[in-house]
Parts: sequence; C-alpha cells; structure tokens
Amino acid sequence: MSSEKILETKNLTIKFGGLTAVSDLNLDISKGQIVGLIGPNGAGKTTCFNMITGVYRPTVGNIIFRGRDITGLRPDFITKLGIARTFQNIRLFQSMTVLENVMISKHVRLNASLLEGVLHLPRYTKARRQHLEECMGLLEQVGLADVANEKGTSLPYGKQRRLEIARALATQPTLLLLDEPAAGMNPQESQELMDFIMKIRDLYGLTILLIEHHMEVVMGICEKITVLDYGKTIAQGTPAEIQSNQQVIKAYLGTVEENA
Amino acid sequence: MDKQKRDIQKQDIILTIIALALCALLMFLGENFLSRLQLRILNLAAIYVILGISLNLVIGFTGMFSLGHAGFMCVGAYTAAILSMPPATKELVYYMVPINPALANIQWGIIPAALAGGVVAAIFGFLVGFPALRLRDDYLAIATLGFAEIIRIVVTNTTSITNGSLGLKDIPSVKSIWVYWGFAILTILILKAIVKSSWGYAFKAIRDDEIAAEAMGINLLKHKLLSFTIGAFFAGVAGALMAYLITSIDPTMFRFTFTFQILLIVVLGGMGSLTGSVVAGVLVAVGMEWLRFVEQDMNIFGYVIHGISGMRMVIFSVLLLLIVLFYRQGLLGTKELSWDSLRKLTSRRSKQKEVSE
Repeated sequence: MSSEKILETKNLTIKFGGLTAVSDLNLDISKGQIVGLIGPNGAGKTTCFNMITGVYRPTVGNIIFRGRDITGLRPDFITKLGIARTFQNIRLFQSMTVLENVMISKHVRLNASLLEGVLHLPRYTKARRQHLEECMGLLEQVGLADVANEKGTSLPYGKQRRLEIARALATQPTLLLLDEPAAGMNPQESQELMDFIMKIRDLYGLTILLIEHHMEVVMGICEKITVLDYGKTIAQGTPAEIQSNQQVIKAYLGTVEENA
Repeated sequence: MDKQKRDIQKQDIILTIIALALCALLMFLGENFLSRLQLRILNLAAIYVILGISLNLVIGFTGMFSLGHAGFMCVGAYTAAILSMPPATKELVYYMVPINPALANIQWGIIPAALAGGVVAAIFGFLVGFPALRLRDDYLAIATLGFAEIIRIVVTNTTSITNGSLGLKDIPSVKSIWVYWGFAILTILILKAIVKSSWGYAFKAIRDDEIAAEAMGINLLKHKLLSFTIGAFFAGVAGALMAYLITSIDPTMFRFTFTFQILLIVVLGGMGSLTGSVVAGVLVAVGMEWLRFVEQDMNIFGYVIHGISGMRMVIFSVLLLLIVLFYRQGLLGTKELSWDSLRKLTSRRSKQKEVSE
C-alpha cells in the first residue's frame, strides 16, 4: 500500500528565456509520505509547484500522477484529478465568507446544469445541500466552524492559512501541495500547524509535498527532503542525511548562520 | 434549526409573490393613469435596467471589463426588427436595395422576435468571447470595443439585410408597460437566481482571484464564456425592446457612447450589486429626461443662455468622474436588497427601539 507511487517527475526542466528556473528535477513520492522541498529564496520551489499544478508548462520532462502523465494539462483539470494546492501569498476569495470559500471547491463536483440551478430543481438543491453538509463537516474538523459565516479575509493570519488548506481539502485531493504553510508563524503556531498537517494526512489519507523555510517544521514532519539551489537539485534524502550534507549547509544553512 | 430555515424560505416565497403582485398593481395604475411621455420614460427605464444588470453580471460579478454591450444590443435590435416587421412595410423601408428574399416574408410576433434577438446576440457573444476572453482587463476592453465597432460597420454595409445607414423605420410599436417591465422583472429574477447559485459564486471567485479559482477546479474559459454569453443575450433582448420603443433604428444609435451610458449605470449602482443597477437604471433614464432643460435656452433675469445640445452627456460624464474619484463603490457597493437584509434591518430597528425605551 505504502509503495504506491503518487507523484513522479522525470527530468523536469523549465526555462524562462535564457534563465533555467528549474533543471532536471526528479521527485518520487509514495502514498502517505510527507515530502519537503527546501532551498534558498529564488531556488525554483514555487515554480516547481506551478509546473505540477499546470500553471506553467515544463520545457522538458514529464510529471506522472498516479501512473498518468499530466504534463501540460490545464490547472482546473489537474485539480479534478486530485492535486490541490495552497499559495505562498494567501489567495482567499475576498468577497466571500469562510463557508463560501470552501463551497467554491465543490462547484466542479456539481452534476447539474445551470438551468437546474436557476430553477432550483431537486438534483441541484440536493447536491448543494450535501456539499454544504460536507463543507461544514470539514470546517468542523479544521476548527473553523465557529467562523463559518465571517468574511474569509477578516480572519487572523493563522486561520486564513488554515482556511486555505481547508479549501484545498474540499476538492478531495490525493496529493496536497502546501506552499510555505508556516510563513509568518511563531514557534507555537508552527507546532500547531505540524500537528494539523499530520492530522489531516491521516484523516484523509493524503500525500503531502510542502515548501517551507522553517527548519523545525521541515525536519519535524518530512520523511524525505529535496533541496534546490538555483533550480538544481543539490541533495535528496532523509532529514538526518540533509542536515549533515555539506553542500546543503554551504548553500542553505550556511547563509542562515551568516545572517544570524 | 432546519424547520426555522424552511419557514424563512416559505416566508420569502410569499413575500416575493406579494411584491410581484404589488409591481403588477403599480404597472396597471401606470398603464392607465400616466401620460404617454411618462410611460415612455418608464419603459426606457426598464430597458436601462435590463442593460445595467446584464452588464453588471459581466463586469461586476465576473470581473471582465467588456465594452461591447452596445454591439450586442445592435444585433438584438436588428434581429428583432427584421423578424417582426410586416412584409409590406419591409418593401417600403428597403427602397434603395431590396431586402434579401429569405427575410422578406417573415413576420414573427413581438415577443418571439425579441427572444430571437437575444439568442442571436448570445451567439455573437459566444463567437466573440471564445477568442477575446483569453484576454484580461484593458486588453479585453479594447477587443470588445473593437468588436462593437465592427458590428456597427458590418450593419452599415450589409444593405440587403439591414438597409445600411438608412436604418429601419416603422418597426412595430409597443407601448405597453407590461412588455417592458415584464421583461425587466423576468431578467432581474433570472439573473438573481444565477448570481445566488453555485455558478454565481464561481463567477465571483474568478473576479476575486483567477489563479485561485482555477486551482479550485473552475474552468476559467468555460465560466467566463457562460457569463459573457448570458450578458450578451440580455443585451440583445434590451436592444429588441429599444427597437420597439423607438420604432426606428440606425447603426449610429449603437455607438460607443451608448456603452458608456450603460457603464455609468453599472458604476453608479455599484459593481457587483444587481439592486444597485436596477436603481441606477431608473435614475439614469429619468435623469436623462429631467435634464433636458439644460439643453434648452434659459432665461435668467433677462439674460438668455443658449442651450447646448449634448450638455446632458457632459453632466453625466462629470457625475461618472465624481463617482470614480470619491465614491468608488457606487450607490450600493456589493450589497443586495433581499428579504433577508430587510429582515435584519427591521430586527435591528426594533432592537434599537427596545434599548431606547
């Protein structure tokens, strides 16, 4: 069971003009794993997410999701297949409440036509009611049920991040991509986030790929880590291996020490 | 909880029926007691309401800055006019170049012809939207503006179908307030249902953040095209009604300035508020008429100021500037008038009363 491959990237490369943002990235993620993607700023981590979710089309290489080549497919189609993501800079729908934000994810699962929606025919109202229940259940599990009818963007920062994750979960993904989920969080909030990520992984049977700068989060929950620097993969392995890797220390942790 | 919700739903339906009955009563009174000019202004207001809310769906709810509304109106107006004119009138009107024989003997009823106007405009909307909606913001505005001009020029030059720059005269006249406000109320009800449905939220999601909407599985092009086509349909219907109201149309009517006027309604009422567009639609129609005095000669203490035609548009342009500068959210912002909001308002009032007592 745990050996089932969820995501595989082969020689993934993208060039913007003369700049190679990511080159020869080979990821191999099995079911249930939490994998970290780290690297200094501008290393190409978010670009990598954008390729996996279809926002960018890779110049070279393939992305294989559960045995299917998804290279170059449209983002909404990739979401339907079961890859969901959150964004580095929170992208909530500002005009909507928490519940409405989550309900948007259910729109594609609606098996009814616009006409049925306008006329409130049973197939539409039944599906909507069921989605509403599912979303309320989800909000309860992530601890946002009490603010369900508040504007999403009026929530405190930590809860906004949590709402973004909830919104991604509502699309019923098998693979969840988290782009810096702990950005701007204090140690205690990061700890809560780590527990939360582990909890949803077990609860929904997810596989998670995350970008993160907080080393305690990455080392704490990731089983495997890939380190990028200037688009190149400089190390891959378990947290212990990465921590002792000289090249990583030089490229990444070294600079952190200098700054400190 | 669930029972309470159902009770509220039932209450809403009853209230809506009462409100519709009230509208019917008002329309009945209007039809019988208002002067012809007043009726005409009210009917024009209904057309402006349809135009305003349909453009608001596109601009305010889906966030697509389209300036092609007058073009779709033009398509609707010509389609409805050609379909509804009696063959004998057609022979008289097309005196320079005879009408295409395929169209010469058609005579449809007024309402089917108006709906056909909407459908043809929607087809045009779909065809234009398919390539153009890949663009965003200013680029989309330029593309749709260009389209509206193309339509106008095509209409001017396809003389055997549209009678070219001579325009069409003696289009069947419709004076009944029931037709105009009937269409307007139906449009309001349909668009409100769309906006409140899952699709309405999908449109708003696209407006708020395209990238996030796509990541939530919403097919951008499909939904934008849907919204754009619905907007074009109602613009077409409004164009048809315009043809029946004025009874003569020509290509110059549907210039960019007309789109600008509809845009004024949307901005004045509030982008993203159907209620706002309804209120603003009526205000602009009545205001345009009321402001006619500024274009006439004025005698102030023996000093005569000569009227300048076009002065009304200047006033409206200044109004638009002021709104954009100082009151960007418009009359209603994104708020809607609904039974729910009224209920909240009255309960707050009564609570305040309790406190003050």
